[in-house]
Amino acid sequence: MQDLSWLQIALKSGLAFAPVWIALIATFFLSIRYRRRLGLYGKLFDSFVGQIGFAVVMFWIFTAIFADLIITHDPLVQLSGMKNKLPGTALATAAEGVYPWYLLGGDNLARDVFSRMVMGAREVLKIAPAATVFAFMVGITLGLPAGYFAGKFDTFLSFIANLVLAFPVILLFYLLVTPEIIETGIPTYFAAALFLFPVIFFTVLFNARFHILPARRNLYVGLTLIIGLWAWAGLAFNKDPTGLFSMSPNMLNVFVSVVFVNSPGVFRIVRGLTMDIKARDYVAAGQTRGEGPWYIMLWEILPNARGPLIVDFCLRIGYTTILLGTLGFFGLGVSPESPDWGSTIDDGRRLLAIFPHAALVPAIALMSLVLGLNLLADGLREESLKD
Amino acid sequence: MFAFVLRRTGVMFLTVLALTFIVFWLTNLPPNLEKLAKSEASVRMSDAEVASWLDRNGYGTPTLHRYGQWLGVVPGWTREEEGRFTGRCITGTVATLDDIPARCGLLQGQWGFSTVFKQPVADVIKRALSMTSWLMLWVMIVMVPTALTLGVLSGMREGSWTDRILSGFAIVTTATPEYVSGVIFIVVFASATVGISPVLAEMGWIEGKTLFQGTATSAMDRITFWNFALPVMTIALYGIGYIARMTRASMTEVMSQQYIRTARLKGVSFSQVVMKHALRNALIAPFTVIMLQFPWLLNGVVIVETLFNYKGFGWTLVQAAGNNDIPLLLGCSVVAVVLVLITQLISDIGYVFLNPRIRLS
Repeated sequence: MQDLSWLQIALKSGLAFAPVWIALIATFFLSIRYRRRLGLYGKLFDSFVGQIGFAVVMFWIFTAIFADLIITHDPLVQLSGMKNKLPGTALATAAEGVYPWYLLGGDNLARDVFSRMVMGAREVLKIAPAATVFAFMVGITLGLPAGYFAGKFDTFLSFIANLVLAFPVILLFYLLVTPEIIETGIPTYFAAALFLFPVIFFTVLFNARFHILPARRNLYVGLTLIIGLWAWAGLAFNKDPTGLFSMSPNMLNVFVSVVFVNSPGVFRIVRGLTMDIKARDYVAAGQTRGEGPWYIMLWEILPNARGPLIVDFCLRIGYTTILLGTLGFFGLGVSPESPDWGSTIDDGRRLLAIFPHAALVPAIALMSLVLGLNLLADGLREESLKD
Repeated sequence: MFAFVLRRTGVMFLTVLALTFIVFWLTNLPPNLEKLAKSEASVRMSDAEVASWLDRNGYGTPTLHRYGQWLGVVPGWTREEEGRFTGRCITGTVATLDDIPARCGLLQGQWGFSTVFKQPVADVIKRALSMTSWLMLWVMIVMVPTALTLGVLSGMREGSWTDRILSGFAIVTTATPEYVSGVIFIVVFASATVGISPVLAEMGWIEGKTLFQGTATSAMDRITFWNFALPVMTIALYGIGYIARMTRASMTEVMSQQYIRTARLKGVSFSQVVMKHALRNALIAPFTVIMLQFPWLLNGVVIVETLFNYKGFGWTLVQAAGNNDIPLLLGCSVVAVVLVLITQLISDIGYVFLNPRIRLS
């Protein structure tokens, strides 16, 4: 087999991403067709910037979903003679049925850079959005009452939030994401506390709305409690009898730390928005009607704060991606074999001046994902302001 | 005003106490101490030997008590063995405790002894900080004027092509963390095989093999444009985008105010309006943002110093954390936390001073 030229590399890589292109085209076709019925999501397609951002983000999401179809080699397997080979190099000893090139070259352990980059998308997108959702749950559940009731409760929570925010993130990671910490069981306690918030959030949410209809209330709250506590036991304590919800101790540690670092920021935003919206007339009207404080917070204030929160959510996923990359870059909390982008950049930087491709490929991948999220947030901000 | 500053300072001290205690607790967890014992004495110690080593070296007391000793408010531990004394404030052994100070902690200026560098922690940190302050100085010199200029230029005429291009640039830089931009910079500017350096070298435009140097180790002796440009650029770039976006937002808001329109309608030229009426009001918000960037700059410093092998504060922090050097890590944390909190305080007070609309009761 011949080595590939740059044009051939581009074509072959494009071909490898075929499932992603198909899914992307289908998504765009359907979304643009029905955009008038899709609310804020549909309006996103009126903004050029938003469309580009959405396309980039969806590209990586589909890449993560179809990663098994896209990869050309096993991301962990080392092939002899392929160490530090340039992009487009043909395999030294090609066996039957094996993809005959390393599309984006080989790294310093002779693994396929292209496949590692694709698998890295899955590693990142497995954690970043979920961690951001949990951070939002914590931030909203604490930020709403802090902003609404103010007083001592607010002072106390704000002090704690500022405490966490004053910590340089890297220092916090170096303290929290270590094998020694896992030994002490602190991540488990952290997880137990943090993972409880979604359960509390949904319980209060349904209870506030349906407490006048006991039958429906009992159904919703009961379901929330059963599923929530089941997942809680599985994720935090690894005690799920069916094994549906579980997390390896390393992953739990990384996850909890990222949620912990992000929550105070969300808390501050939600608190600020609540204080602002609290002064509006419709809140006063609700209070006059005799609505309970939790109903006002969760069903009057929160929906009206959704615009800035959605924008912040997009930005924060990007920020979380950067944080995960930072963790990988310092080799914290990930297995040394892991194809995630941060640790791949760290691996590649040792030979950066001579063989740049091993570090450059994941670096550009990470940058494009974060850029896509930022553009998406910009588009959403633009469109939600038009309301 | 005075009461406000006083209250803020009080809260700051409380925060420092809380944060240092958290760091102390996290670094002094039993597994960390066990690791310390094994690395200081012998790797093959049994659990009982580890426990006795820890007890002999003053780690047996409760965490809060040890925190007090480290802080210097509780008398340091002492121990008598066969008529000789060892203790926190004693190097080696002494026969009597008479001329030994009772307390030796942070407040007395005793920061402990680094186990990695085999030097007093205070010396290590002092040297590292002097290195990093040069880096930060140049970052500030590059970052602040660039960011403010970009922000003002793009916010001056919202929606113009200048605005769009500059805003696009700002978004790209905020999406590029230091470990990505650093890698790209090294590949493009500091590699002898790829990027623009080989081209330039072939054309004879640059003397050496590369346009810039990929490591900043030599900058520790003498800072030159050649060895210091890339680290400074890497840190500055991330901040530039963020500050520029804030400045732009603040500038567009000011430009849509009534008094700007009035000034324009009176016939004042556009440049005069921007310079005399808009600029000062538009720069209040970015000021606080620049100050609040410090925690992030600290992050950038840690990444860049690791990437470019510049042995400053960030590099020291990584060494301390990676090698379980508890006293040094504690020292670094104190410095980092105090630095961040002081900048927050300055930002708060500065905001009040700059913005006459805020009244403190």
